[in-house]
Amino acid sequence: MIGIHNLYKSFNQGKANQINAINGISLNVNAEEFLVIVGSNGSGKSTLLDLIAGSILPEKGKIEIDCLDVTNYHDYKRSEWIARVFQNPFSGTASQLSILDNFRLAAIRTQPKRLSIGINLSFKNKVKEKISLLGMGLENKIEQPIGSLSGGQRQALTLLMSIMDDCKVLLLDEPTAALDPRSSALIMQTADLLIKNFKLTAVLITHNLKDAFNYGNRIILMNEGQIMKDFDANQKKALSQTDLYNWFA
Amino acid sequence: MDFYLTAILQGFCFSGIALGIFISMKIFNIPDITTDGSYTLGAVFTAIVLMHHISTFIALPLVIIVGALSGALTGFIHTKLKINALLAGILVMYSLYSVNLTLMGRSNLPLINVPGIFNVLNLSNNANLNSFFILFTFVVLIALIIGFLLKTDFGIAMRATGDSETMIRSLGVNTDRMKIIGLALANSLTALSGYLVSQYQGFTDINMGIGIVIVGLGSVIIAETFINFFNITSVWLSLGLVLLGAVIFQLVLAITLDLGVDANLLKLVTAVFVLVVIIIPRLKFNSLTKF
Repeated sequence: MIGIHNLYKSFNQGKANQINAINGISLNVNAEEFLVIVGSNGSGKSTLLDLIAGSILPEKGKIEIDCLDVTNYHDYKRSEWIARVFQNPFSGTASQLSILDNFRLAAIRTQPKRLSIGINLSFKNKVKEKISLLGMGLENKIEQPIGSLSGGQRQALTLLMSIMDDCKVLLLDEPTAALDPRSSALIMQTADLLIKNFKLTAVLITHNLKDAFNYGNRIILMNEGQIMKDFDANQKKALSQTDLYNWFA
Repeated sequence: MDFYLTAILQGFCFSGIALGIFISMKIFNIPDITTDGSYTLGAVFTAIVLMHHISTFIALPLVIIVGALSGALTGFIHTKLKINALLAGILVMYSLYSVNLTLMGRSNLPLINVPGIFNVLNLSNNANLNSFFILFTFVVLIALIIGFLLKTDFGIAMRATGDSETMIRSLGVNTDRMKIIGLALANSLTALSGYLVSQYQGFTDINMGIGIVIVGLGSVIIAETFINFFNITSVWLSLGLVLLGAVIFQLVLAITLDLGVDANLLKLVTAVFVLVVIIIPRLKFNSLTKF
């Protein structure tokens, strides 16, 4: 589903403080694979995710989605395949807009935003129905600005927003980093459920080794912009949580 | 009384600027001061068209187009050339001064004995009432158009662009393009004010736009005070308050003049008034949190 070939990305190129964030990474993520990426700060995980999403473009190398070369596509063009959940709940939702407006935009992620009113009664009911799946009681608050909700609620809604329109790839950039343990667990469970039910290809970046252990069917360890370890489903099953901790020792 | 009616009519004339600033400042979060130039540009095009004895109804779409172009230019400089929005606006506004002066050929064009919109349309025998009806129709029409626009899928995407750029890009919107369209829209509304004012006051002057951005800012800030105080989320109500803000702003100026304040001090008074409107809600908030 995602093909990455010999990818390079550096920041502050040619200056004294040049950082080679991604150093020649090649990686294939198969359809319906749930890939977990771990690595210390500055290992290039987030840069890799940004490169896949298209919010930054690489210097060298090629990125394919669904066998199509998207290397030079910007993020707003790659949204045709990709939905994202960000580390910061504020990045994934528009605070001043109502829950309903946010969901409307998510529902037309892959489509042009037309000069016609798309929010009608049937759409409202559809949103209410989807939101009630979360069991947070938010379905009665869809006219409220999404900024009035807690971080956990916003992340849960962002997750749900990703499947409002056709979605092939789900990118999760430390989605629980800003949340308390209970909300974190709920977000991860919801994500896992959505990925399975909607047969999504997913990439999760996390610092939480417990999540890395519990979720996903492939795990990668990154360091200095390169892939150090790559374990497939069976190898990952054989791993113990202690093994994961030892990777960082 | 006529004095205050004139103030209200002026407020109506400035509704375009008010909505334009609302769009650029509140919706897109961009401090755009192309306004001073695009407002005069609208008035200049109106004057030139009318002086050639061409219908005011041809001037109208023309003014909207040139206003949009000037805003799009600011948007282009800001997004594509990566120049700070404020500077981009200043550059365009500054160069528009020369453009306007060149187009006019001199610094003032009187519009006497030309078929302006207030002469062509006769809705009442009373000149003031006639102006009132015409301007009121304009205000209602642009409010309806902008209100509808903001309710559409495109409009929601516009509102999200100023709110969370990362989010809206990940949902498939080219934010650069959206900002250019937004600034074009804002400045076409501003130019529309130039169109109305030049015909209402009967002349176009090269200096009529200097500092006019504060009229829009003042209107939006008055509206914002209400919006925050009553916790308003409705798009329609917000638009209504912005338009009301434009009228209140002119009324306050009229009252100041009526109180005998020297007209030379008007700009100073205006600035102080805007400052006070911004500060009042904060004072109240602070004193509330103290207890």
